Amino acid sequence: MKDHRGRPLVAVTGIGTVTSLGWGREENWAKLCAGQSGITRITRFPTEHLRTTIAGTVADAPGPVLASPARTERLASFAIEEALAEARLGTPGHFPGPLFLGMPPVDIEWPARFELARRAHAASYPAMVAVATPETGIFETYAFGGVGERLAECFGTRGAPITLTTACATGATAIQLGVEAIQRGECEACIATGAEGSVQPEAVVRFSLLSALSTRNDDPARASRPFEKSRDGFVMAEGAAALVLENYESARARGAKIIGLVLGAGERADNFHRTRSNPNGQAILGAMRNALADAGLQPGQIDYVNGHGTGTPENDRMETFGMRAVFGETPPPISSNKSMIGHTLSAAGALEAAFSLLTIRDQMLPPTINYDEPDPNIPLDVVPNVKRAAKVAHVMSNSFGFGGQNVCLVLAAEPS
Amino acid sequence: MTRQSIVITGIGLVTSLGDGAEANWAALSDPAGAPVLDDTTCAPFVLHPVPPLPLDAQIPRKGDQRQMEPWQRLGTYAAGLALDDAGARDLVADMHLIVAAGGGERDIALDEAIAGELAGLPPEVSGPLLNERLANGLRPTLFLAQLSNLMAGNISIVHGVTGSSRTFMGEEQAGADALRIAAARLAEGSGSIALVGGAFIATRWDLLVFYGPGGRLWQGGWAPVSGRADPGGIMLGGMAAFLVLETEAHARARGAPVLARLDGVATDAARRSAPGQSQAALAGLWQRLAPMRAAGPLAVISGATGDGAALAEEGGFLATLGADAIRTPASRLGHGVEAGFCVHVALAALALQRGALPAPLDPADTGVVAPAAVLVTGMGQWRGESLALLSGASA
Repeated sequence: MKDHRGRPLVAVTGIGTVTSLGWGREENWAKLCAGQSGITRITRFPTEHLRTTIAGTVADAPGPVLASPARTERLASFAIEEALAEARLGTPGHFPGPLFLGMPPVDIEWPARFELARRAHAASYPAMVAVATPETGIFETYAFGGVGERLAECFGTRGAPITLTTACATGATAIQLGVEAIQRGECEACIATGAEGSVQPEAVVRFSLLSALSTRNDDPARASRPFEKSRDGFVMAEGAAALVLENYESARARGAKIIGLVLGAGERADNFHRTRSNPNGQAILGAMRNALADAGLQPGQIDYVNGHGTGTPENDRMETFGMRAVFGETPPPISSNKSMIGHTLSAAGALEAAFSLLTIRDQMLPPTINYDEPDPNIPLDVVPNVKRAAKVAHVMSNSFGFGGQNVCLVLAAEPS
Repeated sequence: MTRQSIVITGIGLVTSLGDGAEANWAALSDPAGAPVLDDTTCAPFVLHPVPPLPLDAQIPRKGDQRQMEPWQRLGTYAAGLALDDAGARDLVADMHLIVAAGGGERDIALDEAIAGELAGLPPEVSGPLLNERLANGLRPTLFLAQLSNLMAGNISIVHGVTGSSRTFMGEEQAGADALRIAAARLAEGSGSIALVGGAFIATRWDLLVFYGPGGRLWQGGWAPVSGRADPGGIMLGGMAAFLVLETEAHARARGAPVLARLDGVATDAARRSAPGQSQAALAGLWQRLAPMRAAGPLAVISGATGDGAALAEEGGFLATLGADAIRTPASRLGHGVEAGFCVHVALAALALQRGALPAPLDPADTGVVAPAAVLVTGMGQWRGESLALLSGASA
């Protein structure tokens, strides 16, 4: 079965998720629909002197605190395993397709730096490099290709794993790359995952310095307030989602349960500013319209939008502009998962695509919580505070990244 | 769907040998050519530096230059050279972009000061102080200069490339897969023109503290790849290459000169748990590309990094290939990690366009031919096997 551009349709046959709300797809989805927040005070490391002391963390297993790449790998691994169990494709250690992994860029973290300085009895880089021998494990831990390599080995995916970043759109880009590979006929199936595990001191400070984070530290569960008048920034968070993507026809032929389709993807880069969208909104608009065109849909056929909805004053204003420009005076409902799970950065696009598919599966819109006072500049139906049953055939999922990298996905129910 | 032919119409190239394709070709074609080395900045490591660049020519706004550090500036500069070479400045709005990226520069002085003050303290004491030192010491712009996806972001901002923007990570393999996927998208009709490439700065302590523990860096004076005794070693080299790719129909329609055809790119990642696996992976990739090989002399631009184990695997593959000539750029330019594969593809395209190979770059290099086809090999220092096959414009 081909789409309107003559390409194979791409089905989703397995979903796995982990967030600060819990481990597993159904637990996450139930808590999201119930309007629960996963945001808490950071306990992983001391928070004195930090402007922001809250996050949506996922606890490490008992033992030493993991470095970000190890945590990212653990979360991705869980999500992939859950997705594979649902898809029932391949055998343990042998998956018949490639891996597309969206993850954050990682860098040697401070505990490892301190350890090098102690070994060297000096803190200069030349001294640390002199003692940075292979047994430190630094190269394979922090190699950008390291997480993908270990996941590819564990799950037995085929070919070179693709590791990518497009900032806050990373998870959506991973799905888009997987969809394209199936559309081009390079594979019949693949795993697309977005994972994020980088709540560590330097990352928190860096985002703080960009004035991007909420400082509503006193009431963590109520800090992430997308589309609401008193929103003051996003809340950093961790998690992962994995989708098993398959050529729809071959998935049907093997009798797979079809959860939904990825009907289209659109992207557009912004050339205005490193952290802000062009006020003309062209890049956001372009990504949304390209996604509709790629899916072969008119704006009126979108029933619900899973918003980027970070809770920064700027993002939510620009997303509103995009919604009104694309959908006109009566845009479809839009809600933000980030109100509950925070901004999972490199995982966000994948998690939100996963929840978009569950929205279609259960015909239920998850709410935007913490919506106390409407922002008069945001005339949108944000599904405030309480989930809502609705007829949903097509969902648009928005991801807009720092660095101007914007990706929108269109998810759909299986054709009847 | 019909697969469309993909051609290279623009090259932006910077290496330690010079700024631009012309300067590099002249240096590489000189039989008496020698490597450009920096043995002081990161002594005892001998590295290949990047030459001073007239940044204003490609990054006119000082404000943009200030928002970047050398790594992002180098990539943004080389991307601009490629756009100029392709005469594609007016096509940037719908141009697709894939960058192969590592990470940008850290604040070395701040890192050393914090480690010096806190490394010896118990964690409950050092933790809060670390927060304070970072919050007061880090510059917000440095975060952006360090972010991997912001080389692409800067190319969008400075040059206006906005069709799409993706950043691949994963050391050497990122460069090969960026090229592979950029070409595959164009071939199946997703857009008609793309910009792909990467940049690498070698003279960085913050990278040596990462690559050092890989155990594969060459320690000692300069030597060509074939002269680095077992187990070999990698000499890092600063370099950047961006390539403008187009469908042949698009290039012909706008009258753009074709530098070379990109007939195919194939990648894999062997686990390397036993000898022979990389060689077998390369052989498998060649099986996919060989049917597309243009008739006539075949040259190899080797992606040998200097690492001995990878060199042996690649040598095993090349021994079965029967190429008419081999060149080893790492012996003259060093190893450019994410940027390396696209630099070598740029050299292959230049060789095809000019109907000649560079002079031998390593004592083990063989053959003097006017190539009809060039095979570029890529061997990751840890993981990743890649091949790209090119042929001349008139093939």
